[in-house]
Amino acid sequence: MVGLLVWTTSWAQTDTTKSNPAAFDQLFGRDTTLRTAKDVQLKLNMDATYDRPFLSVGKSPVSVGGYLEANTQYMQTDGVTEGLSFQMRRMTIFLASTINRRIKFLTELEFEDGTKEINIEFAALDIELNPMLNLRGGIIMNPIGSFNQNHDGPKWEFIDRPLSSTTIIPSTWSNVGFGIYGKVYRRNWVWAYEGYVTNGFDDRIIVNGENRTWLPATKANEDRFEESFNGVPMVTLKTALKRRRVGEIGISWMGGVFNKFQDDGLVLDKRRRVDVWALDFNTVLPTKTVLNGEWCWASVDVPTTFSQQFGRMQQGGWLDVVHPIVRRRVFGWNTAVLNLALRVERVDYNVGKFTETSDPIFDELWSVVPGISFRPSPTTVIRANYRYLWHTDLLGNPPARTAGFQFGFSTYF
Amino acid sequence: MKTISVLLILSSLFWLVSACDALLPGTPADDQLLDGPIGDLTPEQNAQFLRGDVAFNNEVFTAATGLGPTFVATSCGSCHAGDGKGHPFTTLTRFGQIDETGNTFMQMGGPQLQNRAIGGHSPETIPAGATFSRFTPPANTGLGLLGALSDEQILANADPDDKDSDGISGVPNLIDAPAYFQPQWFHKPQTTVGHTPRYVGRFGKKAAAVDLQHQTVNAYKQDMGITSPFDPVDPINYAVSGQAGDGVPDPEVPGSRVNDVVFYLRTLRVPVQRNAADANVIAGKQLFVQVGCAKCHTPEWTTPQSDVAVLSKKTFAPYTDLLLHDMGKGLDDGYTEGTAKTAEWRTPPLWGLGLSKNSQGGQEYLLHDGRARSVDEAIRLHAGEAAKTTERYIQLGADDRSKLLQFLNSL
Repeated sequence: MVGLLVWTTSWAQTDTTKSNPAAFDQLFGRDTTLRTAKDVQLKLNMDATYDRPFLSVGKSPVSVGGYLEANTQYMQTDGVTEGLSFQMRRMTIFLASTINRRIKFLTELEFEDGTKEINIEFAALDIELNPMLNLRGGIIMNPIGSFNQNHDGPKWEFIDRPLSSTTIIPSTWSNVGFGIYGKVYRRNWVWAYEGYVTNGFDDRIIVNGENRTWLPATKANEDRFEESFNGVPMVTLKTALKRRRVGEIGISWMGGVFNKFQDDGLVLDKRRRVDVWALDFNTVLPTKTVLNGEWCWASVDVPTTFSQQFGRMQQGGWLDVVHPIVRRRVFGWNTAVLNLALRVERVDYNVGKFTETSDPIFDELWSVVPGISFRPSPTTVIRANYRYLWHTDLLGNPPARTAGFQFGFSTYF
Repeated sequence: MKTISVLLILSSLFWLVSACDALLPGTPADDQLLDGPIGDLTPEQNAQFLRGDVAFNNEVFTAATGLGPTFVATSCGSCHAGDGKGHPFTTLTRFGQIDETGNTFMQMGGPQLQNRAIGGHSPETIPAGATFSRFTPPANTGLGLLGALSDEQILANADPDDKDSDGISGVPNLIDAPAYFQPQWFHKPQTTVGHTPRYVGRFGKKAAAVDLQHQTVNAYKQDMGITSPFDPVDPINYAVSGQAGDGVPDPEVPGSRVNDVVFYLRTLRVPVQRNAADANVIAGKQLFVQVGCAKCHTPEWTTPQSDVAVLSKKTFAPYTDLLLHDMGKGLDDGYTEGTAKTAEWRTPPLWGLGLSKNSQGGQEYLLHDGRARSVDEAIRLHAGEAAKTTERYIQLGADDRSKLLQFLNSL
């Protein structure tokens, strides 16, 4: 039995990058090795769902995996601090099953902040009819931007998730629905598409305790896994193109009606739309420096009876620069990597001007996060970040400044 | 090599820890802040201050928690950024009362326009024929000290018949206090012929609120449509909402929440004057008195005994007399409250004036409706009882005017 376990845990327990550093890059969908290695499959952000380490037991078709991330942080806002906190951000368990060579199932069960939030983030069946045409149904991650699908903690050098990807795009954002996806490879190119119809947003996005348009508020609607708030499906479309040695670019859109415009056959309101667009890209420079970024826009049809405090348009994005400064055997780890990292991010929750004064509406954030990360193996990251964040209120008054240190780890298991 | 690496890492960590303070944003200068408690509160008072702070600045109401059905803002903090003055965006509108006999538009949504509404309701509009006035939210600073003054002290400066012939009268706004009002020893009921006793108002643009509880209960109801045990009825305007409330059982906040907010407002700090030792500021203060501004903007007061120790026997400089003054036709909007006439406005405190930009988006929106875009413009718009003083200000040389403005901006 012990022998069986040792044998079956080979993926996670063995440093597979020992003699093949390309494994590191493959895991992260980066093609840093493509200039030297053989023809390695071109990975896209949309592949992240299955691009994870799994354990399989014997000939069982079921594979198990997961990741864990925890950290400590000391933050201070304008001289006031809540002190030192320890955070168990999330533990996620994956279960995957190859039902047939071309029929797969995967689920992702996430525990956030201890057991404060327990979510099935993903639980979908994939049926391949053709590489160009796959069917997917269940609880799916809406393919908007890159982070929503490619969000596993161990893949990132930063403890906090990107602001725009969590507060404009409500990552991780999943819904019940169906759709199709496919990929085409042509020499150095790969092109992919995804399209889904799912349940979507509800009116919490403009009726919430944040006092602003806040798309993540809709995640509190647990009924979205049971029924649509208004009977109108949300559509999510994404296309991505990648060229070897150049990088990947993705364009995505997600839109639908968020309000209950009728009930019992009676009209209550006009149909109010929410639309989110995102542009994402990643590339690796000849210096092995990885650039990864995303920019998104959200348009919300806020009723005129609402205050301008609720933004009709939001936008934001982030750029991560990760440069490996050491990539060799360290402390006995064969392919350890030490990275310097920098994230610059900006979010504008309310793009527009006050009708009273024609002055710009603010309610925006700027953040800079330098960091250092150490990866003893590709699946584990120990990271230290310093964050400096400026939050300007709606009126554009002097910004509140928050800064602090974070130290933590994230690992697949 | 290993040893060097370990040493390098350890020394980096040491550097990081020792650099912590320098890398963290410090507290803004004391004289730039409006929020925070006044003086040393007891631990129990600190706890209540914090509860009030959270309720005031963090509690956002939604339809599910009682907002509306019609409203102006979703939280207290929406209108008082950093406890400072408001912005035209947060300006509210009152309508319907054209003289001291009362508001004739109460059944049509008066006295305050709720220009926003929750789903299923329509916001109000100003009824035809109603006069109105726009009020920019004031700063919340030092309200507890103003509230601790006795009526006797305030009335000592009143001169309704201008007996000293200086052209300045100064009258109190006499208010029908709400049923929940519990007079303190320093509140003196004022009797007038044919009317039940009324009390001296001291808060609000027209001094229409007797105390901070009155002001707070009104703001919860009129600004946010939030009911409390003190006033458990939603703002209903039959013209736009039928008889429907917001569907949330009343009261929507407990009395203790209101009391916490009142305590928070009572114990908010006062603004600290900046550059007080600057020669121009000192000269400007002398000019302020010399020109006649100080006749209404009373520089200094001392509180009597108060139930909150930090408010007792404190000398402070708000630059207000808390009385009403006729400000002339230019500032007469044709709307009033209590026994104030339409051209009469309460002398606003000037403390914190120089910090207005920090809460008004880097600009200045002064006077009751934010129409003045600078202190200089605000002074020039003073007329009525202030006409002579304004004239004297205009007659000052540019250098002296600059000194006077430097003084005002130091407050």
